[in-house]
Order: sequence, then structure tokens, then C-alpha cells
Amino acid sequence: MMKNVEKCMAGTLAWVDKRFPLTANIKAHLTEYYAPKNFNFWYFFGSLALLVLVLQIVTGIFLTMHYKPDANLAFGSVEYIMRDVSWGWLIRYMHSTGASMFFVVVYLHMFRGLIYGSYRAPRELIWLFGVGIFLVLMGEAFFGYLLPWGQMSYWGAQVIINLFTSIPFIGPDVSEWLRGDYVVSDATLNRFFAFHVIALPLVLLALVVAHLIALHEVGSNNPDGIEIKEKKDPKTHIPLDGIPFHPYYTVKDIVGVSVFLIVFSAILFFAPEMGGYFLEANNFIPADPLQTPAHIAPVWYFTPYYSILRAVPPIFNSQFPGVAAMGLSVVIFALLPWLDRSPVKSIRYRGALYKKWLALFVISFIVLGYLGTKPSNVWGVFDASTWIVGGVDRATVVARIFTLTYFLFFILMPWYTKKDKTKPVPERVTV
Amino acid sequence: MMMYQKIVDVVRHGILAAALLAMPAYVSAAGADVHLDKAPVNLNNQESLQRGAKLFVNYCLNCHSANYMRYNRLTDIGLSEEQIRENLLFTAEKVGDTMQVAMAKPDAKAWFGVVPPDLTVEARARTADWLYTYLRGFYRDPTRPTGWNNTVFPNVGMPHILWELQGQQVMKVEEHVDANGVKAEAHRLVLDKPGSMTPAEYDLAIADLVNYMVYMAEPAQMDRKKLGVFVLLFLGLLFVVSYYLKKEFWKDIH
Repeated sequence: MMKNVEKCMAGTLAWVDKRFPLTANIKAHLTEYYAPKNFNFWYFFGSLALLVLVLQIVTGIFLTMHYKPDANLAFGSVEYIMRDVSWGWLIRYMHSTGASMFFVVVYLHMFRGLIYGSYRAPRELIWLFGVGIFLVLMGEAFFGYLLPWGQMSYWGAQVIINLFTSIPFIGPDVSEWLRGDYVVSDATLNRFFAFHVIALPLVLLALVVAHLIALHEVGSNNPDGIEIKEKKDPKTHIPLDGIPFHPYYTVKDIVGVSVFLIVFSAILFFAPEMGGYFLEANNFIPADPLQTPAHIAPVWYFTPYYSILRAVPPIFNSQFPGVAAMGLSVVIFALLPWLDRSPVKSIRYRGALYKKWLALFVISFIVLGYLGTKPSNVWGVFDASTWIVGGVDRATVVARIFTLTYFLFFILMPWYTKKDKTKPVPERVTV
Repeated sequence: MMMYQKIVDVVRHGILAAALLAMPAYVSAAGADVHLDKAPVNLNNQESLQRGAKLFVNYCLNCHSANYMRYNRLTDIGLSEEQIRENLLFTAEKVGDTMQVAMAKPDAKAWFGVVPPDLTVEARARTADWLYTYLRGFYRDPTRPTGWNNTVFPNVGMPHILWELQGQQVMKVEEHVDANGVKAEAHRLVLDKPGSMTPAEYDLAIADLVNYMVYMAEPAQMDRKKLGVFVLLFLGLLFVVSYYLKKEFWKDIH
């Protein structure tokens, strides 16, 4: 009996393989894709990002079945999902928690790239596709945030779209074109819905596929920053330090997934608002175009860039320099492969100089992120008699300093990575 | 000429944008420094939730709607549909209806200056502590059109609906001069005319009402927390199993 079943399955597989390279693909991407055996904690976040992407798409599909992209109905339809749709609250919270956790995972994934030099040759394209994914993800989060049609949704969108107004000459037309109206309105909600549920997800999926194809072409980097393909078994041509992705990293990633889901569920079931960071209190008030909230702050994952925007002072009454700096602070990641001149990739073999700059960058990112959630008078104002900064908000001065260090991390990179005293890199990976 | 007009437009828009951008930076959360009392929320206390529901339907629902809350959802807090129909169903016809309000919006606007907000998710927008302090913070103020003011919501449009229960408070302003001769003012609420409840009874009643509003803002939250425990237990088990599975697969990798 068993033998017959096996025979039948093998026959079916052979039939498929003649028409579609199924076995060949499973081999190329799973069972004979050789990954370095020394992956550590930081290497969980790639597969976790994929998991969250799938979660967002599946929960998103179920949400669209009940959500109404209409300025009069949107807020109520979300409450309808939370109350009257069977398991609607679970699906909605999975989606809202998933949005924030997507950024947690992606930020940690990007940080992994920074510390182990995963963006360096020959992985520049993987990195560029990744930066593309990050940009689209930010768009996806921005468009999606309007949909619950609460006060923060509405005024957040109003402020961000108004940023485009400051672009010289074409700005006002661009922002009107984005809104589809003179203010954020039903027309805006409808187009944001279209962008959120179909346009950007398509681009996102395409970029993720490109990211993975490029990765599997050159092979994964590792915490030592050594190319495992340079040391192959002379007979089998398998990298000596490589192990098949399946089953080794599939079983390992399941451990990562279970830990991640524990964190994810702890938030989802016991603190879905996450103290106002994942779901803001003001967003439980329906959008009111006539009433501006006292304090408009973006969701936490945008706050470092929002801080940079606020930190740059207007020039000739134009906010454009701030907007440009904010845009640059995101896009500048794309230049990393060409800014880094170090002979080594991994932080393990870099010198103290790079480590200091990286630490400064991380501190800048966190401080800017924190300040972005607060009004800029949060720490009061410098005394009028203070040298240079008299009368300026303390928090604004701090944000300016850290905006500078944020950019200096990138701008000075060619210099300090070249000057840095590196350690010798071993021949083979260390476990 | 066209070009000139274009430049003027751009500059005007630029200033407008700069002003809009600067706004969130200069306006802090108004009244954020008002001290809020801690609301004793306990969603496991069904009797408190039921008393709160009764207060809500009897007092709040005259002017405020709870458009997303269905009456029969109150079976969550231990009431039968029969009990709901007999005790709580005043403005609706069917027990499956949502908590609508009879007052027309233009009337409300004319009478109070604002349309009273829908209260379904008010506890999530304002927090329980805010509601608990607000509902106990009304005092007599002859300068206001309604004759009432509030400590956490200055110049609020709503009069004190529960004054028969609480009585009337007034704001006492006391001037102090400290040892250094610095003048300071202290504001204190004082019960001027008692109501049908003692201050302690009133605090308990408001605790019930706030408790109910917290429940109403997210009726699924009790189920959510219950389910969460089982989900975490399952995931804990999954972690242990997957950990040893990984260890078994990896034992030959050195």
C-alpha cells in the first residue's frame, strides 16, 4: 500500500517536473541553497519580515470584506469589525499590531545589515531592493493609517500631504493632486484605500521577490562577513561552511517564529494599544475637518524622520529644507554600499572608530524617535540669555544636534571606515 | 504677469505650509497637566458593570449616542435579553438595535453649542481616569451659559447631568502668602449643597459608570484577555518543542 502511494507521488512529481521546474526550484532555494552555518540571533528577522508580510496580507484581505472606504462610514465600519464581525477584533488587532511589528522587525533586519556589512559587494542590489521595500512599506503604513478615519488618521495625512506643498514651484499642485481635493476628504480616503490594498502591496511583493532572487544568486552574508563560496569542497562543490537552508534553517526559524509570536501575542491580547504607541487615543475620535487636535504626532516608526523634519529650520520662509532633509534621511541608506570603504565587512573585525560612529548613529535614531513623539517644547525653552540658543526650545536644539550626527554617520563614513584599524579576518567562519 | 502671479502663489502656499507645519510644534496638549484621579476599573465585577449600564442608559443616553453598541451585547455582563428589554430599552425598539439618541443634531447644536459626542469609544479616546475625574469635577459657575463648569474640561458645553445625585460643588479659591511673602492661589472643590448621594456613594456610582464605559469601548476585551492566556500557553509549548527539534537537527553541525 505504502509503496503504491510513494510510486504514485513520484510519478506525479515527475509529470510536474517535465512541465514546471518544481524540484529544481525546491533544490535551488531550499534543500540545496547553502547558507553559512554561523547565523546568530540577528538572522531571524528576514524570515520574520516575510511572516509579518503574509500576516498583513491575509488579515488585510479579511478586513477589506467589512471595511467601508467612505468618509461617512469608515470609522463606524472599523467599530463594526471590532464588535459585530465574528473574530473581527482579532483580525483587526493582528493587522494593527502587525503594522508596528513590521517596522520593529524591518529596523532590526536593517541593523543586522549595518553591523555585518551585508550591503557590501556583491550584495549591493539586495540592499537596494531592501531600501525599496522599506520605502514602499513606509508608504503602505502611511496610506493605511488614514483608513480608520480617526482624528490622528485625518490630521496626520493632512500634515504629511502639506509637506509636499513646500516643494518649490510644483508643490501646491502636487499636494492637491495627491489629495484629489483641497483638503483631506472622501476622495483622499478612496484613493488611499486603493493604494493601500492593491497598488503598493503589488510593488512590495515584486520587490520582496527581487530581494530574495538577488540573495539566492550571491548567497547570504554571515556574522563574520566571509564569503563561504570561496572555500568549497573540491568534490561536491558545496561550501565547506554552508548547510542546506532546509531543514537546518527552517527548523531554526520555527524557534524564532515561536518566540516572535509570543511577543506579538502578548501585545495583541494584553496591550493592543501599546500605551498609545500602536493605536493612538485620539484615533478613537472620528475625523473632524473643523477641529485640529492639540498635538499631532506620527506613529512611532515615523518619528525619527519627523524629528529631522522639525529640526531643520525654515529657509526664506520655506519648510522645503526640512522636507528634503527628511527625505534624504531615508534615501541615504541606499548609498551605504558605496560609502563604506573598510577592508572588512563585519563589526567583529572593525576597529573602535566605526563602532563609536555606529553607536552614535543608534543613539541619534532613538533620541530623534523619542523626540518625534513629543511636542518640541517638551523640555522647555533655553533661557533668553543663553549663548546662541537663547529662547529656542531645548528639545529642538537636541534634535538639531542628533540630526547632524545622524547624517555625519553617512557623510563621514568613507573617511572613518578607511582610517579605522581593522583586525585580521579568519579564513573560515567562527561558530 | 502670469509668471509673477505664479511666484506670489508659491510664496503664499509656502508660508501657509510653514504655518501648518509649525502648528503641531508650538501647541502642546492643552490641559495635560491637570491631575487625574485613578479610576477603579474592574471588568470582572459584573454588578458594577450592570449598575454602570443603568446609569449610562438613564442619564448619558438622553443626549449622547453610543451608535456602535448594541443593547443585546449587554448579555456579556450577565444580563438576559429579557432583563435588557425590560430595564434598559427606552429609545430603541429591538434588543438588537444600537444605542441611538432621539435628540436631533441641529437641536443639540443650538442648545449646547456643540453636538454631544458619541460615547461608544469615549473611554478609549479619553481614558478611564479622565472620565472618572471629569464626571466628579463639575462645579457651579454663574459666568457659564449652563451655570456649570468643570475642572478637567474648562468651559465645557455639557451641564452637570448628575447634579441631583452629587449635589452642587463650588470652586473655592484660597490665597496663601508663604514665609517669603510670595502669593499663591489654591483651588479646591467644595460641596455646597448635598445631593441624594453622599460623596462616597457618588464616587462609587461614577466608578460603576466609568467601568461600564470602559467595557463598552471594547466589549471583546474580556474574551481577548481570556483567549490570550491560552494562546501564550500554546506558543510556550510550541517554543519548547521547536527548540528541541532544532537541537536534534543541529547536533551534527559544528
